[in-house]
Amino acid sequence: MTTVDTLTTPGRLETALRTAGRKLLVPYVTGGLTDNWTDFIAAYEQAGADAVEIGLPFSDPMIDGSVIQQASDVALARGTTVASILADVAKLRPGIPLVAMTYYNLVQRRGLAVFCAALAEAGISGLIVPDAPLEEAGDLAAAAGQHGVELVRLAAPSTPPARLTEIAERSRGFIYAISLMGTTGVRAELAATAGQLAADLKARTDMPVILGLGISTPEHAAEASRYADGVVIASRIMREVLDGATPAEVGAWLATVRTALDA
Amino acid sequence: MMVGMTELSLSTPPAVPVRAPAGREGALSSAMAAPDARGRFGEHGGRYVPESLIPACQEVEAAFRAAWADPEFRRDLDRLLAVHAGRPTPVTPAWRLSAELGVTLLLKREDLAHTGSHKINNVLGQALLAHRMGKTRLIAETGAGQHGVATATAAALLGLRATVFMGSRDIERQALNVFRMKMLGAEVVPVDSGSRTLKDACTEALRHWVGTVSDSYYCVGSVMGPHPYPWMVREFQRVIGDEARAQVAAELTTGTPEYVVACIGGGSNAAGTFAGFVDTPAKLIGVEAEGGAAITSGLPGVLHGFRSYVLQDADGQIGEAHSIAAGLDYPGIGPEHAHLHDLRRATYVTVNDEEVVAAVHRLARTEGIFAALESSHALAWIIRAAGTGELPPGATVLMTLSGRGDKDISALMEIL
Ligand SMILES: Cc1ncc(COP(=O)(O)O)c(C=O)c1O
Repeated sequence: MTTVDTLTTPGRLETALRTAGRKLLVPYVTGGLTDNWTDFIAAYEQAGADAVEIGLPFSDPMIDGSVIQQASDVALARGTTVASILADVAKLRPGIPLVAMTYYNLVQRRGLAVFCAALAEAGISGLIVPDAPLEEAGDLAAAAGQHGVELVRLAAPSTPPARLTEIAERSRGFIYAISLMGTTGVRAELAATAGQLAADLKARTDMPVILGLGISTPEHAAEASRYADGVVIASRIMREVLDGATPAEVGAWLATVRTALDA
Repeated sequence: MMVGMTELSLSTPPAVPVRAPAGREGALSSAMAAPDARGRFGEHGGRYVPESLIPACQEVEAAFRAAWADPEFRRDLDRLLAVHAGRPTPVTPAWRLSAELGVTLLLKREDLAHTGSHKINNVLGQALLAHRMGKTRLIAETGAGQHGVATATAAALLGLRATVFMGSRDIERQALNVFRMKMLGAEVVPVDSGSRTLKDACTEALRHWVGTVSDSYYCVGSVMGPHPYPWMVREFQRVIGDEARAQVAAELTTGTPEYVVACIGGGSNAAGTFAGFVDTPAKLIGVEAEGGAAITSGLPGVLHGFRSYVLQDADGQIGEAHSIAAGLDYPGIGPEHAHLHDLRRATYVTVNDEEVVAAVHRLARTEGIFAALESSHALAWIIRAAGTGELPPGATVLMTLSGRGDKDISALMEIL
């Protein structure tokens, strides 16, 4: 917290999200999950995604439920590494920004600056590190800023007001609003805590606020977008992919979410 | 205040108070001082948890700071340690083994504490704290099952519910402790992810806590986890070192031992022991399992909410520890140990499974004490070091015998 974030002007991610002119759809894919995993990014874009979150799998993902754990294990068992994912991504020219999501150990192992530089070089605009809260993210924010990577901060239903303000001030790209007190996973209903958190954040900032965790149906997405600027959808999609869904099939489903968000 | 427990008159001081020698509190060597405001011991420690858990960690920290400064809490805890856990535990001179090894070996007998290991010291402290915070349920991870049994015990004692996460591989090899936990009324949740051992049980307990913070208290089993746990658990375990310091002074003409040795999984029995001797000239030796040697084979990393040395690959994927002792099957080590290593104030060594099994036998046959596989790591190093001369003839050694071996009977029967 002592270090100054060097990124002061909106980057590619924030700019794209601010100018989208519609509710934001940010689907997730675990990097290296299948041979053709980058085809999911193309399918998402075609289905109307505004950005794509790419998971760099970690062996011990603390905030992830069983679906993302399984996806991470499958990807790692295939020999996926940070380098292999970034090499795959570097070959793409998506029209929408990409955001990496991973855990602090992977970032610090390479070195904060080296890691952020590698993201930027591969064409990834943003970074989400759920186990680097405000107190631990100062150096990372500085490194990300130096390499033009937008460090997305997370806010939770348990976050007290003063912290929400600080998170809103420090976040770059967008603010990731954790919709519920729990881990990622498919849920039957949108959490009751989602609306209040999104409203509390919106009252503090004009930075895009995106709700994530447990958003599993077009109806959830539509409801969440009444409070927030958009949604992240992860476990629901990865469940399908683990069960063999193709990029086209997932894309077709995502298009129904797009429709619900635009209605 | 112990609501509903007045009949135990917890506020009465324990019959046999053994505390730090007068004047020593606060005068400890800065090597084992409290961590800084961010929970750092040098470069290690911290609070690397999802935002959802930050308020819960802050709440635990505030409650611990208040409780630890509250004489009534300290009296309640001392009383429970005395009348429930059976403290103080003795220091036993290992006469025959000392003669065989040519050193003076003293054993701090945590195996004689209630539930059979040092884990009860920490758990009684944290359970009292949880009770004081108004929490109704304890969550814990366990490897060998000793922390799980201690948690189940304290929960029963204080009228709390307990849920214990345990790797399914450990459930197989520590069946006795699984049964004990269930007898005590705890729910035991098998964890099937990853290596299905302690590491995965920790991750699962943290995940579970995220969803249950409002009524549940995470009772961490070693000097690990996010701030304030490594510090708090060390403080609750320092009773080992403080008692031993006074007891050893009565046994040795030199007053303090030249070597202080303890086994290390996360490092709580070692941290508690070292805390009593860090301001003496004693050499502090932590013994890790060869297959779980975070300091010897690990790199700086972040796991389970703290920065320390961690077994991992070049990408930062966490390595799987392998040890015959489920309680040492952990790829990391408490952050304060990482700091003591960086300062070169403590030395960290390893022993292998064969040496450990031999040490179990040796202690049983020479002293009539059946030690846990975990504790036998400390003894295995002492036996080896006495043989190689690394421990010079006549050296005075205090070893913490962290737990008893009953839980390991079936594992040993399989090998033998
Ligand atoms: C008897 C015994 N000793 C030692 C340990 C290791 O824990 P720590 O390093 O925290 O003392 C355990 C853990 O289960 C244990 O049961």
